[in-house]
Amino acid sequence: MKIKLLELAHARSGDKGDTANIGVIALKPEYYPFLKEVLTPERVKKHFEGICFGPVERFELPNLCAFNFLLHNALDGGGTRSLRHDAQGKTLSTAILRLEVDLPDEKAREWGFLK
Amino acid sequence: MKEKIRIASGQGFWGDRFDAPIDQVRKGPIDYLVLDYLAELTMSILQKKKMRNPALGYAEDFIAVMEEILPDIVEKDIKVITNAGGMNPFACRDAILQIAEKRQIKNLKIGVVYGDDITDRIDEFLDRGIALNHMETGEDLHTVRERVYSANVYFGAQPVVEALQADAQIVVTGRVTDTGLTLAPMMYEFGWSDTDYDKLSAGIIAGHAIECGAQSTGGNFLAGWKEVPNMAHIGFPIVEAYPTGEFVITKHENTGGLVDVRSVKEQLLYELGDPREYITPDVVADFTTIQLEQAGPNRVRVFGIKGKPPTDFYKVSISYSDGWTCIGHLTYGWPEALEKARKADEIIRQRIRDFGWEFEEIHTEFLGYNSIHGPLSHHIDEPNEVVLQIGVRGYNREHMERFSREMIPLVLCGPPTVTGFGSGRPKPKEVIAYWPALIPKKVVSPRVDVSSH
Repeated sequence: MKIKLLELAHARSGDKGDTANIGVIALKPEYYPFLKEVLTPERVKKHFEGICFGPVERFELPNLCAFNFLLHNALDGGGTRSLRHDAQGKTLSTAILRLEVDLPDEKAREWGFLK
Repeated sequence: MKEKIRIASGQGFWGDRFDAPIDQVRKGPIDYLVLDYLAELTMSILQKKKMRNPALGYAEDFIAVMEEILPDIVEKDIKVITNAGGMNPFACRDAILQIAEKRQIKNLKIGVVYGDDITDRIDEFLDRGIALNHMETGEDLHTVRERVYSANVYFGAQPVVEALQADAQIVVTGRVTDTGLTLAPMMYEFGWSDTDYDKLSAGIIAGHAIECGAQSTGGNFLAGWKEVPNMAHIGFPIVEAYPTGEFVITKHENTGGLVDVRSVKEQLLYELGDPREYITPDVVADFTTIQLEQAGPNRVRVFGIKGKPPTDFYKVSISYSDGWTCIGHLTYGWPEALEKARKADEIIRQRIRDFGWEFEEIHTEFLGYNSIHGPLSHHIDEPNEVVLQIGVRGYNREHMERFSREMIPLVLCGPPTVTGFGSGRPKPKEVIAYWPALIPKKVVSPRVDVSSH
């Protein structure tokens, strides 16, 4: 089944200059290995086409069942230079949770998303 | 040695809730109150203030807070550590002393940490071959040298520890890292050495957990914001620190908000870079070693943290002037709100072309439709209203002024049913850009002044 990341994770985002960081945290520990597989930097880079113009880096924090994504060149120059309404990328946390992934039916049933 | 100390966060940024530090002092026991007022751009604002008035250049909000709580902290023997000193920590100290005098508080010991302001020493360093190149792009500082406003070294916990050792009750600093403010009392109280890397790392991570105020106690909490009780009086975080390096994130009992593993995780990931290499002047902390455990209602135990030796460099934050921006808004109403806003955008862009005004960038967003998530936004057929935002950035001040007069006339000259012009013409704002660099630790030293008044 197709499922939005919103059902599997929570997130918080912030800025460092023109780089946005998005911390993505699995809602349950059992989701973490699946997210590790599907939430590749390439996938996230493609998701943010038209927002992020530089590379995307992914760091793993298995101890928190979390990832930290760095989106370079993603804030229109950042700081006071940016003309974006969300110049500090505060709402990119939920933008990443719009990402839709293919969850195998077996897992979807196990986790209660499919009856 | 104390068995534990309670360090309370009173402020997450300059502009945070005024009553937060007051609640921290009055609603339960604490040993330390730490207040973070500085962001990357705050220093340039403070530098401008100081240039206009030599008695200013610090976070004045802190003085208003001290007006309220100075008698409380003296009576309860709470120590206060803050980077409110900004570009002028001695002026900040003097303002506190005036309050003490007014309240007839005697023998108040205040420590000042300074030496971080290297604005006047930039050329000296450049002459000595200390390049201060841009940390990320490698660019030469000479490309913006003439436009520099301020340059500050980020010091760590060490000078604050020195001030505490000299028995200061209040420590006012310039640019000390947010995390260092929280680490310092742990080093001082528990006698940690500057090579106890695991413990120092724990102190830094404790600082990171509370430096943004209520962001760890249920504020901006995505996982469960609807569950957060009494957000109107949200409790700010408190670190209960132990000599082993373990700590608990909690808050006063009779306050709103919540502390759980999810809220703490969200804050730990906030503004994080490489989690294995969280570089500070004191230690390189490893966020992949953090273990969390719910240890009771509104109590999260944090343990297992490891760290590595720090680098030989301090980070320097340099601010410089980089042109202007001007951003205007107009609100278009149903029906065809989006079409009207798009038409208005076309008109403005045509006039910019026709008059030949020069901008580096023109950027349009439709608030309420696709602004914050841009191309990821889902389509709405017929929004009830759309706010048109047009922004320009450039170096020509005159063209910027001309642009600022363009939005409001559209009310009479453009598409119909438009409002939201009540606050007048948008004002051009100077772009203060930020230039991060590194400087060898051996060429700059923090200085500490502790005196009794």
